[in-house]
Amino acid sequence: MIKASGGDRHRWRKFKSGLASTLSFSSALLVIAPLALVFFHLVISGATSVNWDFFTHLPAPVGEKGGGMANAIVGTLELLALASLVGVPIGVLGGVYLAEYGSARINWGLRFVADVLNGVPSITWGVVVYGLVVLRFKSFSAYAGGLALGLMMIPLIMRTTEEVLLLVPNGYREASLALGIARWKTIVHIVMKTASKGIVTGILLALARIAGETAPLLFTAFGNRFWNHDLAEPIAALPLQIFAYAISPYDDWHRQAWAGALILVVGIFFINVLVRFLTRERTATVL
Amino acid sequence: MVKTMAFPESTSSTSAKTGSALLETPARTSPPAAFAVKNLSIWYGEKQAIRNVSIDIPSKAITAIIGPSGCGKSTFLRCLNRMHELVPRTRIEGDIRFYGEDLYGGGVDPAVVRRRVGMVFQKSNPFPTMSIEDNVLVGLRLNGVRDRRVLNQRLEQSLRMAALWDEVKHDLKKPGMSISGGQQQRLCIARALAVEPEVLLMDEPCSALDPIATAKIEELIRELRDKYTIVIVTHNMQQASRVSDKTAFFYVGELIEFGDTTQLFNRPRERQTEDYITGRFG
Repeated sequence: MIKASGGDRHRWRKFKSGLASTLSFSSALLVIAPLALVFFHLVISGATSVNWDFFTHLPAPVGEKGGGMANAIVGTLELLALASLVGVPIGVLGGVYLAEYGSARINWGLRFVADVLNGVPSITWGVVVYGLVVLRFKSFSAYAGGLALGLMMIPLIMRTTEEVLLLVPNGYREASLALGIARWKTIVHIVMKTASKGIVTGILLALARIAGETAPLLFTAFGNRFWNHDLAEPIAALPLQIFAYAISPYDDWHRQAWAGALILVVGIFFINVLVRFLTRERTATVL
Repeated sequence: MVKTMAFPESTSSTSAKTGSALLETPARTSPPAAFAVKNLSIWYGEKQAIRNVSIDIPSKAITAIIGPSGCGKSTFLRCLNRMHELVPRTRIEGDIRFYGEDLYGGGVDPAVVRRRVGMVFQKSNPFPTMSIEDNVLVGLRLNGVRDRRVLNQRLEQSLRMAALWDEVKHDLKKPGMSISGGQQQRLCIARALAVEPEVLLMDEPCSALDPIATAKIEELIRELRDKYTIVIVTHNMQQASRVSDKTAFFYVGELIEFGDTTQLFNRPRERQTEDYITGRFG
């Protein structure tokens, strides 16, 4: 009897199942496709311009062939370092406060603010720092650019740090406190040490997120066609250089812009690979 | 099962050994109290966990605390080294004296209390980022002991007292999580002993272990008895009867009965105690 009426229903169910898996598979493809397209296009348009000169030479003057983005690559690294000086300590300590100290009500407020800050358009950070730093010191500077990026990092790092600290089982905190170890030592030497890979992962993800930001740098770091010898002066950055070259009317600069974008994407790709590597280790042990 | 619990020679070889040992060693005549607890009440928010408990816990003896789940035995244990304060919104009333000192007096640092009153938890919890050696020494190191000789000496001494030295002496640099569950629990005991506490509180230390590992820990507890005041919370009444000198029976936050272990298990004074140890409830 089950078989007699089961044939049709079975086919109908098979059809529904097939439909569902086809739909979800094509959605997954739609997620991957843009990345593949972007990367493909970058390689096609940019790879030919990536050569030794690109990493070692300053931009060539208009009309001259060749030249590179050495100053922009170094500038981006300097900006990331400056941003980390601001974003890492404040973000990590804020995350520690959320996970280990704050009361429920204060935490609710802090999380809300951090989430709103995460959603603030990046150009807003540029405007804020322009008003606070650039106008006051009457100069675009690497400091201003680093500060704008650093401010963006704070809420990102704060939330990831909080999350990984909360993953540390309470038993470790109790075991440490029961040994008569002070609370702050427990947090630094036991809790944060246990979650250290997770914290580093959060920092790397925040770096990957801000490495390609252009808007906050437009009127803070400003860009520079030469080497920066003083962090109080304007500094070049890859995204800025790409922006400047992309809106220029010269074919040669367009090719360089593609190459710069390719380098930036590959760099961020490697940060993500590093994160994957760290998180894989993390699941292998306890955290 | 009912009446044989205090004479467990019928259950297994290990318990037979301990059972007879317990019969041979007469319960000690009341030594001075390590903890003198008077009219203790504890609340978690609105919920009262301990109701007006008064008890003298003897020094250099093993006191077992038994009772059904939720009877407040863990809470009671944790208030002896102020660990229950870690839960937000706790309130405590009454008086606990630790060798005459007010445990909750103003200016008493909980960290100092916890150095003198150590604790071993239900679930073994060696620090996952540390080697066996670092796990044992972490309490000393983070409390400022730097002298390599002291550390080495304390490392071996603690591991020997925890009956773990022979098993791990060649693997001291291996991760604390790499050894078996029973060894991890003994590592946690060594870690607690390394800071040289006077009291060891044990919160169901064997409940996650197999019978062989349990037997080892029980043997260890009995060996520590001469040097330490031990308070052990256990779900397992055979265990209480095997290892302890004194037993306290808690029920819904109240101390129902407290006495010599042999007396409490053989001739309980209270009806509720008898019902519980004979398995009529709980």
